[in-house]
Amino acid sequence: MAEKTYPTTTQQQEIVPEWEKTRTEERYIAPPVDIYEENDALKVVADLPGVDKDSVAVHVYNNILTIEGKPTHKASGNPVYSEFELVNFFRQFELSDAVDSERISANLENGVLTLTLPKSEKAKPKQISVNVS
Amino acid sequence: MPRPNVFQEIENLRREMDRMASELFPFQARRQGTFLPGRAARQYPLVNMYDDEKFIYLEALAPGLNTQNLDVTVVHNTVTISGEKLHTAPDAKPEQYHRSERAAGRFVRSIELPTEVNDTKVTADYKNGILLITLPKAEKAIPRRISVKVG
Repeated sequence: MAEKTYPTTTQQQEIVPEWEKTRTEERYIAPPVDIYEENDALKVVADLPGVDKDSVAVHVYNNILTIEGKPTHKASGNPVYSEFELVNFFRQFELSDAVDSERISANLENGVLTLTLPKSEKAKPKQISVNVS
Repeated sequence: MPRPNVFQEIENLRREMDRMASELFPFQARRQGTFLPGRAARQYPLVNMYDDEKFIYLEALAPGLNTQNLDVTVVHNTVTISGEKLHTAPDAKPEQYHRSERAAGRFVRSIELPTEVNDTKVTADYKNGILLITLPKAEKAIPRRISVKVG
């Protein structure tokens, strides 16, 4: 399962002076993931702290699995000391044909997103019995 | 004759290797540095601290915990967060893993607060993977407004 980022339409760099834009480009980080294989499915587990059910989006398009999350958590008070910043999460993976993308299910609990990607029938392991003659 | 600085030499060598690696794998090298600190070297969980006049708010970034495995204690002006992040699939064999980036295991972290707190009224909430500890400041730590008289 290779990680692949598909750039949105990249334009040729023109030789014009760079002006400051009114809308800054969105900042995002790639959430850490665990991907492991079970007999009948592939599990993708991603840490998305501060993200709730309504602010997470998972979609598959052209065999590209996209995980997006916008943390909704807001802090109260004045900052005293800071080690982390909650920015948007974004990560994409390229799926193989062995995944049945119609039946992907997702579950979000305590800031951890668990995706179950069922294997298509042809990709499931089959036991072949060996006959001793 | 000046003695060669060993650390400077090691640093030079490291830079040279980084440069070579970035030429060989231009995309990979840009994505992450060659020598990242191990997971154990980082503090866990990461915290943010906020305050207002009466409270100190401590936020810890700790997704995927079970509140039964989470302990928050307050002594004087030190908060200690300890617990265990469990493996999502403890039975999965190493060969089943395609990627393993989320760490798991026991952790403990103590954070010193800037003021004394009323340790009997501390509350902790765990929501969406963020632990929010609300600590009321001790009575004597709350700033008292003094009215200035015009003489």
